[in-house]
Amino acid sequence: MVRGVAGLVLALLLTPLIALISSGAANAVDTLCLAEADKTACIAGTLRTEADVVPDVTLTITGPGGFSEEVTTGETGKWNVQVTEPGAYVVKIDEDSLPDDVVTDHPEVTINVGRLGATQAATLDVRTGSYSAESSKFDELVQSTVNGLRLGLLLALASVGLSLIYGTTGLSNFAHAEQVTLGGILGYYLINRGGLSLIVGGILVVVICAFTGWFQDRVLWQPLRRRGLGLTQLMIVTIGLSLALQYCYQYFVGARTVRVVQDNPEVSTFGPITITNQSIVAMAISVVVLAAVGYALLRTRIGRATRAVSDNPALAAASGIDTDKVIRLVWTVAMALAGLSGLLYALVTNGIKWDTGLQILLLLFAAVTLGGLGTAFGALLGALIIGLVVEISPVLGMPGDFKYATALLILILLLLVRPQGLLGKPQRVG
Amino acid sequence: MDTIQLILNGMMREALSPQTAAVAIAVIGLNIHFGFTGLLNMGQSGFMLLGAYGFAISIWHDLPMVVGLLFGFGAALIFALILGAPTLKLRGDYLAIVTISAAEIIRYVGRSALLTDFTGSAQGIPGSQYRSSFTGLSFFGSGSFTLIPFNYTDVADGAAWVRVLGWAIAIAIVVVLVLRLRRGGAFNGIAQAALMGLLLVAGVFLLFFLFPVPNQRTGVNGWWVRFVAWGLVLLCTFVVYLLVRSPWGRLLRGIREDEDAIRSLGKNVFSIKMQALIIGGLFGALGGIVYVLPASVQPDSMGRSLTFFCYTALLIGGAATIFGPVLGAVIFFAARIGIKYTAAAYVPDSIMNNQQTEQFSYIVVGVALMLIVIFRPQGILGNKRELRFNV
Amino acid sequence: MSDQTVASRNLADPVARRELVSGFDASPGGSKPDSILLVDKITRQFGGMTAVDVEHLEVQRGLITALIGPNGAGKTTFFNLITGFDRPTSAGKGAHWAFDGRTLDKTSASSVAQAGMVRTFQLTKALSAMTVIENMMLGAQNQAGENLFKSMFRGSWRKQEQEIEAKADELLARFKLYEKKDDYAGSLSGGQRKLLEMARALMSDPKMIMLDEPMAGVNPALTQSLLGHIQGLRDEGMTVLFVEHDMHVVRHISDWVAVMAEGRLVAEGPADTVMSNPAVIDAYLGAHHDTDLGDDALLSDEAFEQIEGEVEAEREAEEEQQ
Repeated sequence: MVRGVAGLVLALLLTPLIALISSGAANAVDTLCLAEADKTACIAGTLRTEADVVPDVTLTITGPGGFSEEVTTGETGKWNVQVTEPGAYVVKIDEDSLPDDVVTDHPEVTINVGRLGATQAATLDVRTGSYSAESSKFDELVQSTVNGLRLGLLLALASVGLSLIYGTTGLSNFAHAEQVTLGGILGYYLINRGGLSLIVGGILVVVICAFTGWFQDRVLWQPLRRRGLGLTQLMIVTIGLSLALQYCYQYFVGARTVRVVQDNPEVSTFGPITITNQSIVAMAISVVVLAAVGYALLRTRIGRATRAVSDNPALAAASGIDTDKVIRLVWTVAMALAGLSGLLYALVTNGIKWDTGLQILLLLFAAVTLGGLGTAFGALLGALIIGLVVEISPVLGMPGDFKYATALLILILLLLVRPQGLLGKPQRVG
Repeated sequence: MDTIQLILNGMMREALSPQTAAVAIAVIGLNIHFGFTGLLNMGQSGFMLLGAYGFAISIWHDLPMVVGLLFGFGAALIFALILGAPTLKLRGDYLAIVTISAAEIIRYVGRSALLTDFTGSAQGIPGSQYRSSFTGLSFFGSGSFTLIPFNYTDVADGAAWVRVLGWAIAIAIVVVLVLRLRRGGAFNGIAQAALMGLLLVAGVFLLFFLFPVPNQRTGVNGWWVRFVAWGLVLLCTFVVYLLVRSPWGRLLRGIREDEDAIRSLGKNVFSIKMQALIIGGLFGALGGIVYVLPASVQPDSMGRSLTFFCYTALLIGGAATIFGPVLGAVIFFAARIGIKYTAAAYVPDSIMNNQQTEQFSYIVVGVALMLIVIFRPQGILGNKRELRFNV
Repeated sequence: MSDQTVASRNLADPVARRELVSGFDASPGGSKPDSILLVDKITRQFGGMTAVDVEHLEVQRGLITALIGPNGAGKTTFFNLITGFDRPTSAGKGAHWAFDGRTLDKTSASSVAQAGMVRTFQLTKALSAMTVIENMMLGAQNQAGENLFKSMFRGSWRKQEQEIEAKADELLARFKLYEKKDDYAGSLSGGQRKLLEMARALMSDPKMIMLDEPMAGVNPALTQSLLGHIQGLRDEGMTVLFVEHDMHVVRHISDWVAVMAEGRLVAEGPADTVMSNPAVIDAYLGAHHDTDLGDDALLSDEAFEQIEGEVEAEREAEEEQQ
């Protein structure tokens, strides 16, 4: 069971990578299986351990109507088979054909082919013999804690801005996640395609994102506030903006995953922890930037002004704070942070797609609400909790499919007992 | 001329499609939540997905269709109770966060590999597994037909002037209908109602005359499912009409404007809000069931985007109006296809390829949603003085 | 003064009322012979500040009782607490209040209204996107048509609806709003909204009506008729409890006055004597010790506006310091 879970975690972590490789090297498959509508379907997969792909393994596929076929995995570990009937198919690994150092705990997997004309992915669970011996439950926990911290820090970068915007304007910004995507996609254009160095390109991405924040508030949000649009109306405007932006990205980049840097990341190992160097740098940058934001909020004049506006805009305005200026600044900083988060996210997970933001939007909302709507430090705390929950829950026995669902469930349960969130003031509710 | 005819034909087909009707039903439910009661339900797609799952899974596992319907509605009912109990006493945006999260949880659970035997995981449940008990009810027979066999090609060989004249009259009828609906009281008295009915029927006939739509009689996506879907839209509209003109509907509007005032008058606001959440959710479930009848149950096609499209449709037609949801849904789908086809026909491929026309149409949807909310929050049929976004 | 005469006494008669109240215990929290509302040990704290701390209060049935006090005395909070719009901090720790013999300690706002104690708000809550008649009809209790299942069948509620509308028409005519029947409530003036809110509250045939500053923002021409309406309600046997700033009004119509300051009940008494109670002067006006509140000349509107203005300025100054 434990090993199975470990394999699952691994598979999930590697999914973006697999997707990337498979999109980049389509000709590596020996024989390509093409599903024809209403006639055939394909079952396909890549046999890989946590270390590498496994070629030359024999698989037996049996299915309805006496279907039985043997395939051998190719150079890249890829295999596929064409079937002509929907139904349940069993894919079985011939254990004798596995290399000596590779073992499997679940040699069989059942694949349900729902309809013809589609390709069904099948993941077989194999690992190197030495992997299981060294990997204990505790090690997995340590590893996923680090992964959780990493995700949490990246989420925190984006959600602190989301929370500040909520605090100062009362707006739940559904388009915030698209700003995260924007950071990654700009990184792709500037660094991967444009050939800028990671540092120069990265700084440029943050600057451009900051500008989009300034610009948004200048041409959209401030005029709408002046117009006296209600918060619900404004929220629906952000939904519209989010839809438009998502499809803009898809328009220009397509539905594929794009990468910020071309070469594969290098990996460092510290005891039980395996982590890419990029992740380490990303975490370090996140910590520094978050600390800077925290310092600015607590110690600088403008930071105190921001918190004052967050507390009570009318009172802040009455005591001479230029709320419009503060809100403009909040938008600028929030969007810059979201862009940075997206860039780092793309580096850490090795790619970004048009809907990456959509995937993490709810995690951002969960983080912000968990910590307490409108409190910047609450968002930080909430993001770390959400990140840890998402990464650790599979280790503790939650099926991998449910890791995002778990985070959202925790949010809902917390709202029931403490609607103001962890760090929120109770008076704000009701 | 032919290109325009082609585009308009496409819009007509899309406007008439059962999925448009399905979304219209879900929007009717959302209208009870958001339009009349002011509940910010951001998880209407969750209600739809639950309805679809309840229906499809039951039939897939050899239960009768009636049981399937009951399971679909039951799931939505329980969902509404679970979501409403903790949040309806809190500020409005909590309901939004909880509903959108809960709808996502349902989608994640539905696509989980653990439940492959029930939900078919991410692949979903193919329509062939549950559709036959519905198509079996059809009394339309087999084969295919065009709704009105007499069409523009029969008059003066389909000359351009016939069609242009027809389009002009059709537009005039629609404008008159919309104006009468906007003015309110369009159904006061038999004479008024009859006039409206006459205009409506004439308009529909004219549209079919101008844009003949051939379809299978029963089939996967034929007249039978269209007939049932649009019949349900009419029925739901009528039910909502009955509900909102009653004292119960008056309470809903009161709650939308000021809960405390209603509470001070001795009304159990929580209970009324819960009733509204449940009723709207049941409409959502019904919409979900209709949505999957001509297709398959795909959890990923019923995610947040669908909820957002519902909001777009609702705001186009006009929140807190009787016919707004139907009008909005038809316009939303027809206009999107219109944009897509127009872009495909007139924008060169070097600027916008076929794939990109699809995305372009959604970009327009997003921008349109923003513009409507900013400049015309009451939509086409709404009354600005009555509509308040109060959360 | 004996108790058994209370019920039989005709409270529309000013002499009878004066005679009745002369027998009341005029200490803060004093008992009444026939109290409709009984409040015990209600406190409400916001953060560290105590907004309301009322040990005991009784309100006599069939009279107009005024609740007065300087700004920030906790009058509106007290209203919110006993009508279920807020929960006392002391809930479960001895807080107890009852209306007409019915305990309300854990009752929601809507049940309080159903029990027969209906309130209005300081900032009127007329539903401005609905018409005047719709506002009125929302006030009626036990409507069959408000049941989800019956609502779809017009036959089951049409008759009741007509009765309710007739009643609403009658009340609107009495409050001189009948001509506005089909207008949106949002188009009414501030004073008319106050009238509408009061009329709407009356739709439920309450035993007691609680008015939160009914005169605030009402133009002087309407004030007279509003006062007349309130007295009329009392003469019909209804109990009225109202919060008011305008001393003129208080003196004019109230039979009994309770004074709050800094969350506490500091004095009670008939309107004409309570003003000279040193505790009231002390609490209510602080800096204006030297003026005699019983002096009618001082109770001219101008004088009061001036005093109120000063109090307001002081309060604002305090707030700014914070």
